Amino acid sequence: MSDTEHQEDGHGSLVINNKKLLMWLFLGSDCMFFGTLISTHLIYRKLYPESYDPLLVFDLELTSGSTFILLMSSVLMALAVSAMHKGELKSFRLTTIGVIFCGLIFLACQVYEFAHFTNEGLTLSTNTFGSTFYMMTGTHGVHVAIGVFWLICLYFYSYTGKMDAHESAVDVEVAGLYWHFVDIVWIIIFTAVYLIEYIPGLR
Amino acid sequence: MSQTETEIHAPSTTQAPKTHELKPEPSQLGFMRPDHSKSVIMDWLTTVDHKKIGIMYGAIALFFLLVGGFEALIIRTQLAFPENDLISAQRYNQLFTMHGTTMIFLAIMPLNAAFFNFLVPLQIGARDVAFPRINSFSLWAFVAGAIVINFGWVLQALQVMGLFEASGPTAGMTDLAPAMGWFGYAPLTGTNFTGAGTDFWIMGLQILGIASLSAAMNFVVTIVNMRAPGMKMMRMPVFTWMTLVVSLLIVFAFPAITIALGQLMFDRCFGTNFFVVAGGGQPILWQHLFWIFGHPEVYILVLPAMGIISEILPVFSKKPLFGYSIVVFSGAVIGFLGFAVWSHHMFTTGLGKVATAAFSLLTMAIAVPTGVKIFNWIGTLWGGRVRFSAPMIFSLGFVWMFMMGGFSGIMHSSAPADAQQQDSYFVIAHFHYVAIGGIFLAVVAGIYFWLPKMIGKMWKGNLSTWVAIFSTVGLNVTFFPMHFLGLLGMPRRTHTYLEGFGWETYNLVCTIGAYILAFGILLLVVDIIRCFRNGEPAGNDPWDARTLEWATTSPPQVYNFAKTPIIPARDALWEDKYGPENRKITHEDDHGHGIHMPSQSWMPFIAALGFIPVGLGMSLMQAGVPYMGYVAIFGLLVLGLGIALWAIEGPGGYHMHPEVDAA
Repeated sequence: MSDTEHQEDGHGSLVINNKKLLMWLFLGSDCMFFGTLISTHLIYRKLYPESYDPLLVFDLELTSGSTFILLMSSVLMALAVSAMHKGELKSFRLTTIGVIFCGLIFLACQVYEFAHFTNEGLTLSTNTFGSTFYMMTGTHGVHVAIGVFWLICLYFYSYTGKMDAHESAVDVEVAGLYWHFVDIVWIIIFTAVYLIEYIPGLR
Repeated sequence: MSQTETEIHAPSTTQAPKTHELKPEPSQLGFMRPDHSKSVIMDWLTTVDHKKIGIMYGAIALFFLLVGGFEALIIRTQLAFPENDLISAQRYNQLFTMHGTTMIFLAIMPLNAAFFNFLVPLQIGARDVAFPRINSFSLWAFVAGAIVINFGWVLQALQVMGLFEASGPTAGMTDLAPAMGWFGYAPLTGTNFTGAGTDFWIMGLQILGIASLSAAMNFVVTIVNMRAPGMKMMRMPVFTWMTLVVSLLIVFAFPAITIALGQLMFDRCFGTNFFVVAGGGQPILWQHLFWIFGHPEVYILVLPAMGIISEILPVFSKKPLFGYSIVVFSGAVIGFLGFAVWSHHMFTTGLGKVATAAFSLLTMAIAVPTGVKIFNWIGTLWGGRVRFSAPMIFSLGFVWMFMMGGFSGIMHSSAPADAQQQDSYFVIAHFHYVAIGGIFLAVVAGIYFWLPKMIGKMWKGNLSTWVAIFSTVGLNVTFFPMHFLGLLGMPRRTHTYLEGFGWETYNLVCTIGAYILAFGILLLVVDIIRCFRNGEPAGNDPWDARTLEWATTSPPQVYNFAKTPIIPARDALWEDKYGPENRKITHEDDHGHGIHMPSQSWMPFIAALGFIPVGLGMSLMQAGVPYMGYVAIFGLLVLGLGIALWAIEGPGGYHMHPEVDAA
């Protein structure tokens, strides 16, 4: 699966593909990005427990639904990676379209949520909750949007005839790593931002 | 010895690329790739060669070193006498802010990056870094960030010349240069306290952060994956090891400042409340986020210097590094502990007893691996046949001067003592001993050591001794009295002071010292220019060195090694020269398919260029200049377009068939 023999320099110490290692490093760095954002949110939440009641605007059914869709997209992503490893372009396209579709639904839910919250009077500058909430979920949304754009590019690239199991499996796998990471981060954000508000003792 | 090598070396530079004529080929986009260009400017703008990128990093960093030094000289001149009015308080604030920012982000970090770029692939026997085009992108993003961060100076110069006026659409543009100190504490960075300069600073630092992150990830991949056969981790030169540690530090430390700067930018541009006290924001949060980045940053600056010293001392003592593995391990420990000590910058903010004690102890713990390194360096010298060549003189200066900075550092680790020293000149003395006595001397040692390899010319004369004398004397005369000034209560960042506190003499001595130091740096520049103009050919191995970079030609060919070396031992070249028969460097057979070289590309340059409109547009938008939001969007589009075309054009590449064996 790793295209060691394809590395032009063929150095013996190659264990993990260059692109994959780069993506892992980026994800490690990204953990720190989200860690900073989430801890900012939790610190301000702890500091001003009375300042704002998010339950006024939260709609757990909608967000749970979009969360479920995003998580299911990870399954499709895994299928897409596996299809590419086998060189099955048709199956790759089908599953990739599925991932893109799920990602777009998630983004649409987020746009709706943002618009709804803004109408309810929670904006970036209302209070610290607004600031941290929008910046954190917004940053995550940008990640999802970049992932969707990336997958759209891969989808259209698959029609150029330059994609095959030998050349492109790693590229798809790297995109998959990114996509799974974005999903996992959402699980944490969903817990730390939404679910936590429904635990009576923590309010 | 160098004479004979010169004769071998001289023809090889002229005939190396005389293989069959290489012509540029079209990329997948249909454009011609900028390979094998006759135009020198085009060649350097599009280069993906780690050696050229390293040299550009070095040249730009030296330029900013002089800029930052000039800013420091103005500061010192202002402080020479009590109640001096050479510059206004506002200008003084701008100068110390930009002095700190310039020295850290535009001088020392890129100087380190210059050494990373030039040396790491050579030291591990690779053809280039893992991602040559990302490397080029990092360089140009750094340049874009430097332009954005210094744009305030340009506007201010135009203002003085009468070519720019803050009126009409630009009426909101006040405080053109940043003036809130290099760590930009909130709430001073709020819109009601500072103006456009702060925005230039935020956007500039953000861009520099992206440049550093992409470079760091590139180097981790390079070091982990691109090592020549036999170059095991524990056979790598210590400098490469320190590059790996520093790159990992950058990968994990920079996100904190990126997010903090993003939050600050949102505060200023879009009205969020992260650090706005009126909206419930906590300025202390900025301090935490900044120093979670800022303390690892200190080690990001100093660990490469330690790596340089660990390379030079063995060469000029004719002994292997004493305790190689423990030096490597303590470097890694310093990097790791560096994440756990940020709050020692904040002892006076009232962290609580437990936190203060914990951070105090951890800070003291850092002295252990640092001390281990110093003992190992001394152990390397012990019983060695020491040669006092220029790199060695500076390295010995480093060990001593850095130790002095370390000692006052340990004094800061004790929280009660630190409460007395906080924000006084004692702190200034401490970190300038580390920065100049440590990092600067190491970098100069590195320049004296490796410039012959970089440009293929050997130093002439003994001006280096004078550089060493003037810079070491200058730095001690400047910064040693500052310890006393601090203990006498002189606060840092005051633009002037009254007579009668007993500060006058010390300040005058400091200022005189600063000019001595500046003269030393001037001599260094003269010496570098002399080396470029009339240095004699250096030969492959002018210092009788130990590591792999000296096994190839000076300057190295574009492909570094004609045949991939197989590394039998640590200190590979030394073993090859003097070791037993079974430790000679052997070479891989390339089976006649030649050396695969990456193609040059315009795309990283274009993508990085997009950062300039992004940075300036966002800053000016905040100042209320019309249409600037569109400029920022335009910049983002350029960035996106550059990256898209970069992806589509394909990596390309061509094969070279060197007939001359560089080894």
